[in-house]
Amino acid sequence: MSAVIENHHDDHHHGPAKGLTRWLYTTNHKDIGTLYLWFSFAMFLIGGAMALVIRAELFQPGMQIVEPEFYNQMITLHGLIMIFGGVMPAFVGLANWLVPMMIGAPDMALPRMNNLSFWILPFAFFILLSSLFMDGGAPNFGWTFYAPLSTTYAPPSVTFFIFSVHIMGASSIMGAINVVVTIMNMRAPGVTLMKMPLFVWSWLITAYLLIAVMPVLAGAVTMMLMDIHFGTSFFNAAGGGDPVLFQHIFWFFGHPEVYIMILPAFGIVSHIIETFSRKQLFGYSSMVWAMLSIAILSFVVWAHHMFTVGLPLAAELFFMWATMLIAVPTGVKVFNWVATMFKGSLTFETPMLFAIAFVVLFTIGGLSGLMLAIVPADFQYHDTYFVVAHFHYVLVPGAIFSIMAAVYYWIPKWSGNMYDERLGKLHFWLSFIGVNVTFFPQHFIGLAGMPRRYPDYALQFADWNMVSSVGAFLFGVSQILFLFIVVKTVMGGKKATDQVWEGARGLEWTVASPAPYHTFTTPPKVD
Amino acid sequence: MSLKYFHNLHLKIFSALFVFASPMHADWFALNMTRGVTDISNEVFELHMLIFWICVVIGVVVFSVMFYSMYAHTKKKNPVAASFHENHKLEIAWTIVPFLILIAMAVPASKTLVKIYDDEAGDVNIQVTGYQWKWQYNYLEDDISFFSNLSTDMDEINNLVPKGEHYLQEVDEMVVIPAGKKVRFLITANDVIHSWWMPAFAIKQDAIPGFVNTAWTKVDKPGVYRGKCTELCGKNHGFMPIVVKVVEQEEYNQWVDEKKQAAIKMAELTTKDWTAQELVERGESVYAVNCVACHQTNGQGIPGIFPALAGSDIVMNQKDKNIEILMEGVQGAAMNSFSYLSEVELAAVITYTRQSWGNAENGDGEIVVPKDIVDYKKPKI
Repeated sequence: MSAVIENHHDDHHHGPAKGLTRWLYTTNHKDIGTLYLWFSFAMFLIGGAMALVIRAELFQPGMQIVEPEFYNQMITLHGLIMIFGGVMPAFVGLANWLVPMMIGAPDMALPRMNNLSFWILPFAFFILLSSLFMDGGAPNFGWTFYAPLSTTYAPPSVTFFIFSVHIMGASSIMGAINVVVTIMNMRAPGVTLMKMPLFVWSWLITAYLLIAVMPVLAGAVTMMLMDIHFGTSFFNAAGGGDPVLFQHIFWFFGHPEVYIMILPAFGIVSHIIETFSRKQLFGYSSMVWAMLSIAILSFVVWAHHMFTVGLPLAAELFFMWATMLIAVPTGVKVFNWVATMFKGSLTFETPMLFAIAFVVLFTIGGLSGLMLAIVPADFQYHDTYFVVAHFHYVLVPGAIFSIMAAVYYWIPKWSGNMYDERLGKLHFWLSFIGVNVTFFPQHFIGLAGMPRRYPDYALQFADWNMVSSVGAFLFGVSQILFLFIVVKTVMGGKKATDQVWEGARGLEWTVASPAPYHTFTTPPKVD
Repeated sequence: MSLKYFHNLHLKIFSALFVFASPMHADWFALNMTRGVTDISNEVFELHMLIFWICVVIGVVVFSVMFYSMYAHTKKKNPVAASFHENHKLEIAWTIVPFLILIAMAVPASKTLVKIYDDEAGDVNIQVTGYQWKWQYNYLEDDISFFSNLSTDMDEINNLVPKGEHYLQEVDEMVVIPAGKKVRFLITANDVIHSWWMPAFAIKQDAIPGFVNTAWTKVDKPGVYRGKCTELCGKNHGFMPIVVKVVEQEEYNQWVDEKKQAAIKMAELTTKDWTAQELVERGESVYAVNCVACHQTNGQGIPGIFPALAGSDIVMNQKDKNIEILMEGVQGAAMNSFSYLSEVELAAVITYTRQSWGNAENGDGEIVVPKDIVDYKKPKI
């Protein structure tokens, strides 16, 4: 009885606070989700600007705009910012907004920790970016920071880099624990594990991956810190250490990290394709099993990033076969998406366009990944632009397209307003063309023999580098349009219905648009 | 800003963009891996094409179904969606069929890999050592040793003169190997990790300090083959190419003899009486190859990373310490030992730094002669 009375009481008093403190002190999952999304967009623009510096320098052979030293700082920061500042926080933001609403929970399980895990992030990136202005410049050893280039030979700012990676790691671990605890404990009655929306499933698996591997990354950077400042020799061959050990530790983190950046995308795209096909998702349980298999396999394939370090034959064979095996569950997912569309009743709103582009371009990235698994061929591909093309195909039209698709798909629920469909489609087509013009030629450049992380190159690579740079600027400029569309939608526009999309399924569509500050304070009934 | 200035600027940009930087020949057809010149590189190429076409077929099949749906199953043409959402037979099929394709792919790939992993000794064994930012080659049987540096002019890199045909793919001294013989490379590094890549031989092996990786090749066709460093190794990672010249056995023997003669001549130079002027002249070129990347032409270094030599107390007043740093390197810093240089080169380059940038005027002005280095190398009692 008393619970009901208190609920009325709460409705009255617990709107958002006013002013800046609303955002500083907030423990509301929707506010924190919004903070994460805006933060990641800001990082996306900064990391993108760095990508444009890189592409501008590579527009033609010869050194034109920056020095090689600064070029290396750009490639390093571009990678770190896009991965840890762009993609990961965007997915955490989406998890914040969506997981509670999808499972019928009133908020995240650990709201104060939620606030902390967001608010330490800006400091981490402030520290990282401030290294640009330090003596000796920013970290310049690539986002993979292989020792001893990142230890004995690193600029002094490496210590700040290590500190910022620690903060990012702490933030990710807290975010992941929050997601796991929320999903395990706060599902509305009737939302059993095998009835959870796929985005929730994808995030549950992602969160476990994060909890498993972020401490490994923290260990790696701590060993670096020891080597640099406290006289140890973990990675220093002259002191009896092992530079290859660094790579094993790094990629034991790094490969699951790759799936951390793609599993939530699988969840998002499954929802969107289902909605705009107006047809139940094909093979729900096989989707779940596929994600679990991918996650488990991700722990036994790390050395495929290291085929050229001189592993013994047995290790090369094992890691080749294990890597190829990942194609099976990944294939199942792609086939399921296609089967969902088959005999559906399709429409092509902006989120669907991004989702379809995701399936096509992510598959291209997956297939080139399969090529990279073939060790003898990898001896030719490794560390060339072919690899750059491969991972940008899975990360840009993969992870980032899925994030954009998610924003278009759920922004009516978040803001209460429909986005401008005409502008949304324009944004899609510009991005789609930009991405392919940028990254497809990089397959050619790589196969023809251009190594990655080169500030200058031989003349036979000139033509396609120029094309790639043109594409990069097109893609970059198009994202200003995205910002404009989002701001315009938040400011006003056609009111969205509660259902928003005709074919949408799931609890988040049962609440009002915009979603009230507190949803599901009493659990919904799910059959 | 006057119009004239604008006009000049415009010209500069124009020339930078279209004249000096423009490639000699357009390469729109540089789209694919090349076959290379060894049996292994041919096998690798075949594997690459096989997996490529498998991927193309998979892609075409999957996307065709998808595009067909996008065409035929729109809301307009198909207002009511079908209701199926699983089909166990189909799902089992599309799990097993890809698995079988993968096995078909794994078999030839594994076979080729086993062939590549043959670590028997070669007819010629060459130790390859990566340095920031050059390669050193030691011929183990013939006791020949030399460095191979990028020979492209800085002016080409800075777009001041047109770029040559082998822009960034040319070196001052090529690795020479005999045709038709098994050549084994023992690959390692002195400072950070590098990677020795020769696409025409399908060899890519990381050069890791403290490790020796091996790779082998047998090239039948004489010719000049060009490769690159493929592991980020710092500032000049893009500027340490690899050039291998494959010659007939006879020519190879001749080359070995010449190299040996040159080494004897070099040794004789050590005992010669040197003047400061001679050492400075010789030292300038040693400096340009080995030191300039970090310490810069003006000796100012890069603040915060590479210390300045101009005005350095060690370079001006502490001759013994100066020699020691060159010979031993600096623990925990990017400065490595340069003891692999000859006594003449070391003495010359140290003298050059002690005589340049006002160091001689502001310091003791002492020079270092090859004998000082020989003395340093003698066992200390």
